[in-house]
Amino acid sequence: MELKDKQISFKEWWRQFAASSSFPRWIITLFFVLVCALAIAQGLQLPKLLSDTVVRFGMNVILVLAMVPAIQSGIGPNFGLPLGVIAGLVGTLVSFEMGLVGLEGLIMANVISLPISIIVGIVFGMMLNRVKGSEMIVSTYTGFAIVSLMSIFWIFMPFKHPEMVWPLGRGLRNVVSLEGIYSKILSDMWSIKIFSEKATGKLIFLFDKTEAYTKANFDSTLYVDIFAIPVFLLIIIALMCFALWLFMQSKVGITMKASGDNPRFAAASGINVDRSRIIGTTLSTVLAGIGITIFSQSYGFIQLYQAPLNAAFPAVAAILIGGASAKSAKISHVLIGTFLFNGLLVISLPALNAMLPEGNLSEVLRLIVQNGVILYALTKIGGES
Amino acid sequence: MYALEMKRITKDYYGNRVLKGVDIRVKPGEIHALLGENGAGKSTLMNILFGMPVIHHTGGFEGEVLIEGKPVAIKSPFEAMNSGIGMVHQEFMLIPGFSITENIKLNREIKRPNVISKAFKNDSLDFLDFKEMKKDARAAMDTLGLDIDEWAMVSGLPVGHMQFVEIAREIDKKGIKLLVFDEPTAVLTESEAQNLLAAMQRLAAKGIGILFITHRLDEVMQVANEVTILRDGELVANKQIKDTSIIEIAELMVGRKIDLKRKDTKGKENDEIVLSIKDMHVKMPGEEVKGASLEIKRGEILGIGGLAGQGKIGIANGIMGLYASRGEVVYEGKAYKLNDPVYALSNGLSFVSEDRRGVGLLLDTSIEDNIVVTAMHIQNQFLNFGIKQSKKIKAHAQKMIADFDIRCTGPVQITRRLSGGNQQKVCVARALTMNPNILFVSEPTRGIDIGAKKLVLDTLVKLNEEMGMTIVMTSSELAELRTICDRIAIVCEGRIEGVLQPEDSDADFGLMMSGDYHKVKHGRGGIA
Repeated sequence: MELKDKQISFKEWWRQFAASSSFPRWIITLFFVLVCALAIAQGLQLPKLLSDTVVRFGMNVILVLAMVPAIQSGIGPNFGLPLGVIAGLVGTLVSFEMGLVGLEGLIMANVISLPISIIVGIVFGMMLNRVKGSEMIVSTYTGFAIVSLMSIFWIFMPFKHPEMVWPLGRGLRNVVSLEGIYSKILSDMWSIKIFSEKATGKLIFLFDKTEAYTKANFDSTLYVDIFAIPVFLLIIIALMCFALWLFMQSKVGITMKASGDNPRFAAASGINVDRSRIIGTTLSTVLAGIGITIFSQSYGFIQLYQAPLNAAFPAVAAILIGGASAKSAKISHVLIGTFLFNGLLVISLPALNAMLPEGNLSEVLRLIVQNGVILYALTKIGGES
Repeated sequence: MYALEMKRITKDYYGNRVLKGVDIRVKPGEIHALLGENGAGKSTLMNILFGMPVIHHTGGFEGEVLIEGKPVAIKSPFEAMNSGIGMVHQEFMLIPGFSITENIKLNREIKRPNVISKAFKNDSLDFLDFKEMKKDARAAMDTLGLDIDEWAMVSGLPVGHMQFVEIAREIDKKGIKLLVFDEPTAVLTESEAQNLLAAMQRLAAKGIGILFITHRLDEVMQVANEVTILRDGELVANKQIKDTSIIEIAELMVGRKIDLKRKDTKGKENDEIVLSIKDMHVKMPGEEVKGASLEIKRGEILGIGGLAGQGKIGIANGIMGLYASRGEVVYEGKAYKLNDPVYALSNGLSFVSEDRRGVGLLLDTSIEDNIVVTAMHIQNQFLNFGIKQSKKIKAHAQKMIADFDIRCTGPVQITRRLSGGNQQKVCVARALTMNPNILFVSEPTRGIDIGAKKLVLDTLVKLNEEMGMTIVMTSSELAELRTICDRIAIVCEGRIEGVLQPEDSDADFGLMMSGDYHKVKHGRGGIA
C-alpha cells in the first residue's frame, strides 16, 4: 500500500515537472552535457568550444533580452523581432555611410537607430493591441512582410559607400564587412585570454593591450589560444540587464508586468493595459535594434536582405529553453537560455560532424532543437493549470 | 406508479457531501416543481438523473433511480434519452443555421434507402426522408401550439420560440416519460413565459411527468401540482401546492442556517448617505443591472444578496468602472463619474472582486507585489523616484500576512500556489492598502473552507467596527449576509427588490429573492 502511494506521488511529481516551464531547460541541459561528453570522446578541445560558446552568448544575448519586456507586457515572445533588427541595421548603415569607425561608429549606429525603433515599436504595439490573442502569428508575418519590403529598400536606398554597395549595378550588398570599421570592437576590448605555450604546455593568462597578449595573439606557432573572455562586452551586457531589471522595478515596469500577468486585474486597478503593451513592444524593439549592432560587431558583418527573416526564432527558442513561458520571463531565463542554446549549437556542430562526416547533420539538429522548443512552448501557452 | 422515482440519493464531491439522502417522486401527468437556492443540490440531482460524466468521474452516487417503477442505471445522457427522459436546457442547444425540423430531428433523422446505400450496405448513405421528418416536427409543434413554418431557420427566431423548438425536440422522442425544465422562463418575457407554462400544462395533460426547476415562486403556484424543496443538499419539504402557500415555500427555501451571532448594532445608527445610486444600469454579461437604486450609509455594512444571474454582482462592478454602466450616482455629495476605474480608486473606493483568480490576483506575481500594485499605481505609494521601495513593501506585506494570518512561505511566494482562502486574504489586503473610504467586497467566501470564511468575515466586521469603514458586501450566501450586515438589499431581475433587516423573516427574504415580494404583499414594504 505504502509503495503504491509512493508510485503515485512519483507519477504526480513527474507530471508536474513535465508540465512546468523549466522542463525544457532540464532536457536541454541534459542534452548539452551529453554533447559535451561526446565532444570530449571525439578528442575535441572542449575549452575552445566553450570559449566559442561565450562569444556566441555575447553576440546573441541582447536579442534574447528583447523578449523579456515583450513577454512581460503580455504580447508573448516577440516574433516581430526583425522590425527592431532592421531599425538597428539602418542605424548601422547610416553610421557606416558617415564614415565613422570604432566605438564612435557603434554608438552613432545606435543613436540613429533608436528613434527609428521607438517609432516602429509604438506603431507595432498599436497594431498588436488590435489583434489580442493572435499576437504571435501576426507578429511573425509582420516580420516577414517588413523583411521583404526592406529588401526592396536596400536596393533603392541612396547609400554610396563603396564597401557597402555592389561594385556593378545598384543597391547594397548581401553582406557588408565591418572589418576596419568596428568589427569585434566590444568583443575584443579588455578581453582576457588563456593561452597555452606550445613548447611547455604551460597555461598563461594575458590581458588585452599588454605586449605579451599581442605577441601571443598573433604568433600561433608558439601559443595556442584556449579560452577568451570578452570582459568589456560582458560588462555592457550586465549593465543592460541591470537597466532592464531596474525598469521592471519602476512603477511603469510593475504596471506593465501586471498587464501581462492578468489584463483584467490590471484594468480593475486602473492600469492602461494597451499603453503597457505598447511600452513593452517598444522596449523589445529598441533592444532588438541594439542587439543587432552588438551581434554585427561580434560577427564582423552586416547581413541584409533575407537575413533578418529568421532573427526571432533562435531568440525565442533561447528564452524558452531558459525556463521562460509565453507569459512570464525573467532575466535569468535569458542568461541561462542563451548560454545553453548557443552552447548546444557550438559544441554539437563539430562533435556530430566528427561522428558523421557526410552531410551537415548538425545544422539539421540545430533546426530540430530550435523549432522543437518553440513548438513545445507554443503548446503550453493556453493550457495553464 | 411514478414516472420518476429517485430514492435516498446521496452524493459526495471529494468528501464534501452535496446531497444527503434526497427523495423525489414525479407522477405521470404531474408538474412537479423542484426548488432551492443556488448550491442547494438541484444541479447535482439532475446530473445524476442524466448520467453526466462528472458524477461517474467523482465516484458515482448512492441511492436508486426508478423510471416507471423499473430500476435503471443511467451512465450517459444518451442512455437517459433512451430511458425516456428529456431535458429542456436553460441555454439553448440548437444549431442556428439549421431549420426547425432539422434541429428537432437531429441525430434521429428519418431515412430512406437508395441505390448507393443498398450497394454499400451502409445506412449512413441513405437519403433523408424530409416529408416524414416534417410531419413529425409539425406534430410536435402542434402539441405545443407553436404556429410557425417548420422550415424556418432557428437563427432568426425569437428567444421564446427557440425554447419551444427545444421542447419540441424532446417531445418528438418516442416514449418520452419525463421532461425536465431547467429554469425555462429565465430568458423569456412575461407573455412568452405564459405561453410556455400553458404548453407545459398541455404536455402534462398528455401524461408526461414534468420536473420544473425554477426560482419564480409565482409560476410554481400557477402550474405545479407538487413541490419539492432542497436546502444544502437536504430534502426540506415535499408538499402539494394546494396545501401550501407562496410564503411558506419562500420560508422553506431560505431557512435559517446559522444563528445570528451579530452583536447589537444599535448606537451605530447613522443616516448620512455616503453613496447614492439612482437608476443604475450595468452591462455585465450574465449579471446585468437594469435600473437599480440604492443608498449606502456611512459606517454600515450593507449586504447585497439575490440569486445568481439577477445582477447583484453587477452593482459593485459597475460602480468600480469595470463594466459599461450609466445612472445617477452621488458620492460624498458630489456627482460621481462612472466607467472610470482610476476615478473610482483614486476617490477612496476599493474592490475585492468576486472573480478572485480572473480579476482579483496576479497569479504569477509575488504576494507583496499583489498587495501593493494598485496602491502604487493609483496613489504612488511605495515609490522612490519612480522605483519601488522593496524594503517598505516587504515590511507592509509582512504586516498584512501577520494581520490576516495568510499561510504562505513568505511575501515573495507567488499567489497561484496559495489556497483559496489565503488568496482571498491577499485580495482583501490589497484593497485595504488603498485605505478605502468604501470597501466593496464581492463573494468573499466563495470557494474557501469554513475556517477561512470565518476569518474573512471577522476581518470585515473588525474593519467596520474599529476603523468605521463602510463596507458593501455582495454574496450569494444569504446566511452570511444576515450574520454580519446591518441592512441587506435583495436584487432581483437587475433591480433592488427591497432592503431588509438581517432579522426579518425567512419568508420575506425568500419572496424578495424570487421577485414575488411585492406581488404577494401589496402595499407592504417599499423600495429602498
